[in-house]
Amino acid sequence: MISELLSATVLIGILASGIRLATPYLYAAIGETFGQKSGVLNLGVEGQMLLGSFAAFYVAFNTGSLWLGLLAAILVGAAMGLAMAYVTVNLRAQQGISGIGFYLFGLGMSELLFQILMGTVETAQGFPKVYIPGLSDIPGIGEIFFSQNVLVYGAFLLVPLSSFVLNKTTLGLKIRAVGENPDAADSLGVSVARIRYFTIILGGALSGIAGASLSIALLNVFQQNMTSGLGFIAVALVYFGGWKPLGVLWGALLFSMVNSLQLWIQVLGIPIPSDIAVMMPYVLTILVLIASVSRVRSPSALSKPFERES
Amino acid sequence: MKKFAWFLTLAAVLAMALSACGAPAATEAPAATEAPITTEAAATEAPATEAAPAEPFRVAVVMPSAINDLAFSQSMYDALMRIQEEMGGPEAFEVVYSENMFVVDDAAAAIRDYASQGYDLVIAHGSQYGSSLQEIAPDFPETSFAWGTTADTFGQPNIFAYEAASQEGGYVNGVLAATLSTSGVIGVVGPIEVGDAKLYVDGFKAGVAATKPDAVVNVNYIGSFSDVALASEAATTHISAGADVLTGTAQMVVGAIGKAEESGALWFGTQSNQTSLAPSIVVASQVYHWEVALHEMLALIEAGTLGGQSFKANLANGGEVIEFNPDYALPDDAKAQADAAIQGIIDGTITIALP
Repeated sequence: MISELLSATVLIGILASGIRLATPYLYAAIGETFGQKSGVLNLGVEGQMLLGSFAAFYVAFNTGSLWLGLLAAILVGAAMGLAMAYVTVNLRAQQGISGIGFYLFGLGMSELLFQILMGTVETAQGFPKVYIPGLSDIPGIGEIFFSQNVLVYGAFLLVPLSSFVLNKTTLGLKIRAVGENPDAADSLGVSVARIRYFTIILGGALSGIAGASLSIALLNVFQQNMTSGLGFIAVALVYFGGWKPLGVLWGALLFSMVNSLQLWIQVLGIPIPSDIAVMMPYVLTILVLIASVSRVRSPSALSKPFERES
Repeated sequence: MKKFAWFLTLAAVLAMALSACGAPAATEAPAATEAPITTEAAATEAPATEAAPAEPFRVAVVMPSAINDLAFSQSMYDALMRIQEEMGGPEAFEVVYSENMFVVDDAAAAIRDYASQGYDLVIAHGSQYGSSLQEIAPDFPETSFAWGTTADTFGQPNIFAYEAASQEGGYVNGVLAATLSTSGVIGVVGPIEVGDAKLYVDGFKAGVAATKPDAVVNVNYIGSFSDVALASEAATTHISAGADVLTGTAQMVVGAIGKAEESGALWFGTQSNQTSLAPSIVVASQVYHWEVALHEMLALIEAGTLGGQSFKANLANGGEVIEFNPDYALPDDAKAQADAAIQGIIDGTITIALP
């Protein structure tokens, strides 16, 4: 039975599933990376995802346009980000607590809107698979990497793009400076508030896309609380990835691949109790986190409200 | 300014409390907004000749997920609505509910609150609420409580227990699944290997084994009642492993049904009728009709017995019904096999061996 795990069908299945499962994590965790790099811990990711997820589904369901749905998710996520930015930057609220508040708001509001506007679970057509010409015909590789929907490709393109922005651009430098030493950045004329507004709103928009990737690309359904803790895992992945987009990518892939592996383990009838199997991704993530914790350092000003000394 | 931030946070929390929980714990507001639930037809047409009861029979129910989850919670809500309609609307039979009570502490607060508000019957619709109910019930000896799914009344005189013989509908679905599968591989997406879900899955496996012994049933418990994404990937995994017929239980299967539809695999539902999600591939659903048990409880309460008995919903007493999708062209011989299985279970010629 163990040898069955190494057959082509199973390996391709595990990898393709893993890629799909990693997609929402990538959007949400990279958005969170921008926020944390600038010194803001946003625990409201899950709530932003849920509202984004609902907005995308509702708009796409009623207009028939997936792109309008995606736009709605981006706007709703960004609006949540804007509110979060006001509370954390202008009002200097405790970030952990207000983040939980935004999570609960998103959870409750998405349920309320769902009850009022839809009432029951519906299914819809989501973003279709896009077969990349030429590449999607490569045996194995094509099915895993080049036969996915557009939001999956987007998530993986986001990794090098955000890595570039954070490390090679002036904007990235400012973001890092604000997260490491806001006083110094401020004295050099960088607006701490403006940078943090930017990163939190960007994070919100990306969380909105993460939600949309579930409701109109991967699952094509909306149900109450359907993110089911995914947003919190995304926050953990930022720590896991050492505040680097590439690190986040490895973390998201590891977690998702082990999750799809355990699905196959059960399907192939390998005699491991299901309770143990479903624990595997979490246990492995914790182990890797323990092994890597000494190497990484969080942004110095993380979760500290900035108050200009005057 | 800091105070204002706290206020915002509080407001956000409050918004959640009002919308998601509807728990009567904090204020009386939720009760005012949610109750009574009106059904259009019955309310206005209630015959005026009968002496209208001065006091309606008042029922409160606490549920772990949403009333429209197309699964466990909806099965109870729909049953209460059917009773309400029979009895002549909310004037005669008032129903209030708290949904999405996935936190047991919140549920316990809601149960206690409903009891102290004088509801005649308070239903704790979730086996996880048992230990809370065991503590609460003795404090309200005049109130009748119902708890499911279980057979355990804790020996208390004011607790009814109810459960479903989910393996029976599972068996019938299994018979049909085995008949309709051409690949001989069938996939099951389950939540956690306990209670109702386990009964259903075990019954389903028995039904398949009795019909097509060489068919393979792959079972996947995903460890969650709410992770729609993982349920969806579990279905994809089954399909990659060759399954052409799928089933699953609990509310997160909506993700799996979508994947089944995409690949043209057939689906069998349970708990509520799931046909609306994918009319082209849902063959049949086992639906719980809790009103059968509820009617018996109501009669007992009327006669002054507030609890101490347990009820079982099964195919024989109509507490479980196999609802076929009229839009799915089920071959006659398959339908005949399913009917034979239902009849066999009812008259006892088929016994379902559970592991």
